[in-house]
Amino acid sequence: MKQKNKKIDYSKWGYLFILPFFACFFIFSFIPLVDTIRYSFFEYYRSGIKEIGPNFIGMENYASLLGSDMLKYAGNTLILWIIGFIPQIVIALTLAEWFVDARLKIHGTQFFKVVIYLPNLIMASAFAMLFFTMFSTNGPINSILMSIGLTSQPIDFLGTAFGTRSLVGFMNFLMWFGNSTIMLMAAIMGISPDVFEASELDGCNSIQRFFYITLPLIRPILAYTLITSIIGGLQMFDVPQILTNGQGTPDRTSMTLIMFLNSHLKSRNYGMAGALSVYLFIVSGILCFIVYRMTNNEDPDGSKAAAKKAKKQRRG
Amino acid sequence: MKKRVVSILLIMAMAAGSLAGCGNSSGSDSGSGSGSDSGAAADVEEGKVINIYSWNDEFRQRVEAVYPEVKETSSDGTVTTLNDGTEIHWIINPNQDGVYQQKLDEALMKQADAAPDDKVDLFLSETDYVNKYTDAEADVAMPLSDLGIDPDTDLADQYSFTKVTASDTEGVQRGSTWQCCPGLLVYRRDIAKEVFGTDDPVEIGEKVKDWDTIKDTAEELKAKGYYTFSSYADTFRLYGNSIDESWVSPGESTIKVDQKIIDWVNDSKEWLDAGYLDKNVKGQWNDDWNKAMGSASKVFAFLFPAWGIDFTLKPNWDGEDGAWAVTNPPQEYNWGGSYLHACTGTDNPEHVKEIILAVTVNKDNLLKISKDYADFTNTTSGMQEAAKDDSFSSEFLGGQNPFEYFAPVAENIEIAPLSAYDQGCVELIQNAFSDYLQGNVDYDKAKTNFETAVKERYPDITEIQWPE
Repeated sequence: MKQKNKKIDYSKWGYLFILPFFACFFIFSFIPLVDTIRYSFFEYYRSGIKEIGPNFIGMENYASLLGSDMLKYAGNTLILWIIGFIPQIVIALTLAEWFVDARLKIHGTQFFKVVIYLPNLIMASAFAMLFFTMFSTNGPINSILMSIGLTSQPIDFLGTAFGTRSLVGFMNFLMWFGNSTIMLMAAIMGISPDVFEASELDGCNSIQRFFYITLPLIRPILAYTLITSIIGGLQMFDVPQILTNGQGTPDRTSMTLIMFLNSHLKSRNYGMAGALSVYLFIVSGILCFIVYRMTNNEDPDGSKAAAKKAKKQRRG
Repeated sequence: MKKRVVSILLIMAMAAGSLAGCGNSSGSDSGSGSGSDSGAAADVEEGKVINIYSWNDEFRQRVEAVYPEVKETSSDGTVTTLNDGTEIHWIINPNQDGVYQQKLDEALMKQADAAPDDKVDLFLSETDYVNKYTDAEADVAMPLSDLGIDPDTDLADQYSFTKVTASDTEGVQRGSTWQCCPGLLVYRRDIAKEVFGTDDPVEIGEKVKDWDTIKDTAEELKAKGYYTFSSYADTFRLYGNSIDESWVSPGESTIKVDQKIIDWVNDSKEWLDAGYLDKNVKGQWNDDWNKAMGSASKVFAFLFPAWGIDFTLKPNWDGEDGAWAVTNPPQEYNWGGSYLHACTGTDNPEHVKEIILAVTVNKDNLLKISKDYADFTNTTSGMQEAAKDDSFSSEFLGGQNPFEYFAPVAENIEIAPLSAYDQGCVELIQNAFSDYLQGNVDYDKAKTNFETAVKERYPDITEIQWPE
């Protein structure tokens, strides 16, 4: 008994220090989250300045969302994300490999690291405004193209689905490839140099080294980059919103899920917007779970699974 | 990973947070508001603060110019002090993206519980959404008769269509305006001289007097390499503001698309394909449109009311003054207009009444506004005088007196019946058919896109009817 009392317990300080976060989280995140889910089962919007609802309508919001174009917008979001992500990951991997390769001896790595990260520091909406102006039919890009004689008529970049989607993808690529590069560089630097040296002694060329050593060893981080990028992509909003003035023009081909959600909020349709948020929440939750499993891999080389399988076979 | 989860939650929180703000609006610090709710009673002492909601300082300038009680305005423009010590607080929120209406709606919903000095006393609305606030059931804008203003006698000199616009479905007038926005055709004198050999407004007016004639004129302009108008959106107001039936009839949940709107789509397609409009200008209020008003542009004319010439055309024109002139449009129309409403529950009914009378009724004041700010003001007799008075001529229009053309248009305007859904319908139908006009989708797809978009904007709309 006495001995127990002598033991000094510091844990209360720990709880005290994390209390502000939990209090903020509870008030500003958790309660609204629960409210969002609750309202998703209600008919609740404004017509003019009259409030309609909240009236409980069960799963009707969810059903009518499935009946709407939601899946089309999910498709748009996916396409926009892929257009941006593929060049982003390819360029980021290449740059990361070059920057950490001791034998290439690239000068000014620090400088380039800063420069490629810079686009990420610009606010996405400002970036989209800039592109909107540059690529408008009377904009500087068309002036340049016309004055060097590549085209006689101004090209209507934002008037075609291909043009708009490419621009959105290109902007997302520019904004995020620096971030990915730095993350992948950290991953590659985390690989023990012994492995690289050993491979060189065995006469491995740089392409083999990249595909057989670097890639497999940075797989967890790569998976992490992929999943965070998908989740970020699901929430794609500001760039296409500003670029297309919130309309997802042309023909709603660049309307993303969050833009769809936003157009429900124009009428304060909290029921419908809540239901859409819940769908997004579920998808993001699944993706989070996958990345959680990948990064906390307790069986990296598959030996445990193999042992289990063997055991099962023996029993069977 | 954790960060991601948190950020997702934050996104949710943002979505839900705004909802928490409006759901049970228990305005926390304003509990003592039941004392002087009956603002209309004449013997109640006036509050010390008049709160006015608006989207820019246009109205403040007008009040400062013509309301005799104004003593001074603070340098940041947020507070105006009157001679008797009462303060006018200007609550300005931008009109873009519906911000103004959002803030106003929130304030109006808290109106009953707000402390007397926090109550909204006066607010402004635009023609596009005036109907939302004059609704009798919502009862946020006081009938003018409750203030002691008799629309039939006191406002007899106002243009009758402005009075219809500011009335609810039973015909009770719940707002008043100082400006009235008859639109004209504004054209470039140099292009007119080159193509038609004259820039005389009477002769040009003859060439654009109706849609058939203007089409022949457009062909002449095209032959010399000029566009008649900049974009298909320029002509929308002429069609859209002359619809026979409102978009949504009161008490119904069906949108009826008027034949005039379909005419606009078909005519615009024809004009665009014929090369009478500039294909590169997509809609209004964008950079391309602004550039079309510059000296390098090939656009012959724009369709503008008085404010458009002063606030839009003038800043975008980079040449000498006197390059433009006005003449009659192919069809009479009205575009815009700011309405003034006394808010139900105001604690300053006397001041509000005085301001409304000073800014929207007093003829001398209205003529002063016309002269100083080039507004076309809401006084029938005054505008007829201005049309004959050369002191109202405009430098920008090369000494032409635009009121000569505005006044007859204003008298012939038949305002389209309004509904609370107008703003969204007008905006969304133009967006949906933009795609069609630019050749991105076919006609039926544009229709479907409009239906989708409008049902998103207005969840209570169940059906959209198209003309046969």
